[in-house]
Amino acid sequence: MIQDLLNMNGYGFYVWTAFIFTFFNFIILYAIIKIQFEKEKKKFILKFGALNSKQASFAKSQSINREILSNISNI
Amino acid sequence: MFKYFEPNKIFSITSRAPKYVLTLFIIVLSIGLIESLIFSPEDYKQSHSVRIMYVHVPAAWITLGIFSSISILSLIGFIFKIQNFFLISKSLAPSGFIFNIIALVTGSIWGKPTWGTWWAWDARITSMLILALFYLLYLLAWRIYQDKERIYKVTTIITIFGIINIPIIKYSVDWWNTLHQPASINILSKSSIHSSMLIPLIIMTAAFALFSLLIFLMKYNTELIKIKNKGLDRI
Repeated sequence: MIQDLLNMNGYGFYVWTAFIFTFFNFIILYAIIKIQFEKEKKKFILKFGALNSKQASFAKSQSINREILSNISNI
Repeated sequence: MFKYFEPNKIFSITSRAPKYVLTLFIIVLSIGLIESLIFSPEDYKQSHSVRIMYVHVPAAWITLGIFSSISILSLIGFIFKIQNFFLISKSLAPSGFIFNIIALVTGSIWGKPTWGTWWAWDARITSMLILALFYLLYLLAWRIYQDKERIYKVTTIITIFGIINIPIIKYSVDWWNTLHQPASINILSKSSIHSSMLIPLIIMTAAFALFSLLIFLMKYNTELIKIKNKGLDRI
């Protein structure tokens, strides 16, 4: 049965190549976007940590910054 | 109405959504793979090579859908000066481009056993290649230009020219004699594809749509944090 699934009447090479190519691209794209995200997230944490208390409280007054800080671990 | 599309309003949703979308994507993809590789029947003419349809067709549908969305959002964003629409468009482009490449390559792989050739300059394939070039131009424009206004103008022009190609892709099989068969699935009339093949195709399309949603959400969150990083420099 496994042999039939791999061979597919002689079309296995084409079918499996198409599926493997598709999912290889999925993994590569996911990895690239994830790396970009992690890079920006790290940068945000570093920059926020470098702010003094006055600057930090001003930054926190912006709702999106609060959202980023509160959700950063969930993303 | 457009105020609901402001980044700070939707970030609370987009930041939490990826993990749920990823879980759903894995579930739907697993069902789709079992259906398309094991349970769906082989074609009486094309035998098992027909299974390539389950990755080729959804990829082609989604790349067309994404480019159309990018074009509409860019145009509305440009007319009404809504920056977030450009951000959404930018975040949609990577998955649209990858699906375009997948459609071209898997189509080429399917072409060899079906038509006896890896590539032919037929209307459908050529117009899909042109779409890939528009995607590439669009993505490059975001990298090349620094000035926001210039980026918005250039990307909108690219998408306006690019969208002319969408009906050409769709109707190329009707307007010209091509190696591609006419559409088997029609929303307005009865589809000529049997349900045993239609169901796996729909499931795989749903899985691919979830993947592009996942990539969009991750990219959108990245872009928002990138903007906020620049904002922190100015404090």
